[in-house]
Amino acid sequence: MSIIAGHKITKNLIENISFPSNEVMLDLKDLKKVYPTPKGDYVVLEHLNLQIRKEEFVTIIGHSGCGKTTMLSMIAGLNPISDGSISVLGKPIKGPGPDRGVIFQSPSLMPWMTSLQNVLLGVNQVFPHATKAQRKDIAKYYLQKVGLEDAFHKKASELSQGMQQRVGIARAFAIKPKVLLLDEPFGMLDSLTRGELQDILIEIWNKEKITAVMITHDVDEAIFLADRVVMMTSGPKAKIGDILDINFDRPRTRKSVLEHDDYYTYRKHLIDFLEH
Amino acid sequence: MKATATLGKVSNFLGLGFFLTLKDLFTGKLQKEELKNFLRKTIVPLASILLFFGLWHLGAKSLYNIEADFKIEKALKDQGQTAAEALKACMASGDSSCQPNTLPSPSQVWSSFQSLLRDHNIISADKAAFAEKTAALNETRISEGKDAIVYTGRPSFVDQIYRSLQTVFAGFLLALFIAVPLGIFIGLSPTLKSAFNWFIQIFKPVSPVVWYLLVFMIVKTLLIGSADDSSFTISFISVGLCSMWATLVNTTMGVSSVDKDYVNVAKVLKLGTFQKIFKVILPSSLPLIFTGLKITLSVAWMVLIAIELLAQSPGLGLFVWEEFQNGANDSNAKIIVAMFVIGIIGFLLDRLMLTIQNWVSFDKTDAI
Repeated sequence: MSIIAGHKITKNLIENISFPSNEVMLDLKDLKKVYPTPKGDYVVLEHLNLQIRKEEFVTIIGHSGCGKTTMLSMIAGLNPISDGSISVLGKPIKGPGPDRGVIFQSPSLMPWMTSLQNVLLGVNQVFPHATKAQRKDIAKYYLQKVGLEDAFHKKASELSQGMQQRVGIARAFAIKPKVLLLDEPFGMLDSLTRGELQDILIEIWNKEKITAVMITHDVDEAIFLADRVVMMTSGPKAKIGDILDINFDRPRTRKSVLEHDDYYTYRKHLIDFLEH
Repeated sequence: MKATATLGKVSNFLGLGFFLTLKDLFTGKLQKEELKNFLRKTIVPLASILLFFGLWHLGAKSLYNIEADFKIEKALKDQGQTAAEALKACMASGDSSCQPNTLPSPSQVWSSFQSLLRDHNIISADKAAFAEKTAALNETRISEGKDAIVYTGRPSFVDQIYRSLQTVFAGFLLALFIAVPLGIFIGLSPTLKSAFNWFIQIFKPVSPVVWYLLVFMIVKTLLIGSADDSSFTISFISVGLCSMWATLVNTTMGVSSVDKDYVNVAKVLKLGTFQKIFKVILPSSLPLIFTGLKITLSVAWMVLIAIELLAQSPGLGLFVWEEFQNGANDSNAKIIVAMFVIGIIGFLLDRLMLTIQNWVSFDKTDAI
């Protein structure tokens, strides 16, 4: 599903092919991260086990400094694993790669490139056999999806923070990753923009159904987006403290979620965890 | 309207924005609350320029008096009353043959500047006449396979400025083509960095004079048997080697300190080495590379004078040296003219680099 052969037409490159669920996409086994310090080893994570199913959206919540970001960057392959293993579809990961797309906390766009060029940077890499026009179409398709059809040729440095993060979302989806990793992508935005971007994210996600792991500090965001909310204990030696299933139907709207009877039960569960 | 815009562009380019304010004052466009700003931006620089020339004038006058008194007293002691009186009268008449040799006044410098320009016109006319006279002869000589006859008269001041600019640009390009690629390689590889670090640290502070001598030793041997004048080659290579360090260090720093987020993006997208360098690392280090190049150009211009002087390569440096050795009445004034020309050209080169930097750099606030 990730890399589709080049001879297919653009439409096929974009459209998703549906797979049976319940298959484990991302498997973290006995994960451990140790930073050696002069005063001895500092264990950030230990005995961390988590299985994420295909097409599942998981949000991870926990106190600052509990190792959420460390875990995510280990999944991305940007941070070496001290012990245990991380596998994607049963295959252990070896360093970073485009099968795991990342949306960083800061948009991390190349400021000297236009939004289109920024998205193309990834697309060119993942679809080397597609024609130039096809690759451009893919990039434009995703930029349209995030509402940037008027800003293809704007330099990233000229865009607002929220617009930049939209490009970040487009760039991540356009490379058709198996797993999407989101490291507090809306943490730096004001609440209004954050709401807009959550809607955009969930709208694309509903269509693409890419397995997603997202770190957040925001309890409402965690509930609104996720199938499961994973709560991490505070570090050092952080691990999974609790997992909460969110049984709202998809596609969801903010209104229907807020009006659902279970919403406040879920919210209370999460807040109780965080306050203890 | 168009003229105003052009004037604005030119004065902003020169960093002399106050010209515009001055223009607004005369055209009555200035608001009352802008008066304070106007005072600071226009009156203060103008006043400081006037003060500078005033102090210079007074200083030159007092130095003149010291030198004149000494000369007259010496004449009195050595040659007696009549000779001293004659010298005094000669000085008062303004005859150039008996003027004291000291710091020239602003007006003397100005008249020297004009005489240098006149001299340039005479030499240009002379050259044109020579070219016309020899055109037919040269044609036949070339058709016979002989070398053409070229003008070998002394160069004018403007020719020397032109020659200096050629030398500095050749040296700058050499520095660019050595320092930027080398800086990229060193910045990318920690191994190369430790291999080159001692080299950079040791050779960076070496004086231009020593670089010149080193280049002289090498080029002299390499060009052995060649009849061509090697002074230009030697001086531009020396200028390049002296000035390349700022670019080398800045490029290395720029390349090795690319924002970690960009590097992570490159890693996640699995960009190849070539793509990583040209799409991520180079563009992101351009501002620092340009800061380095700006320093390189100004250093190149600064050491050029010393190196031309040593290398006996035609140019402003040699001009200054020859005038100093010459010791004619207006030599000192010509040296000061050269000083101003060097300063103004250095300033314009700096502005030129700043403009290019602003133009290529993605972050418009970054340029200093």
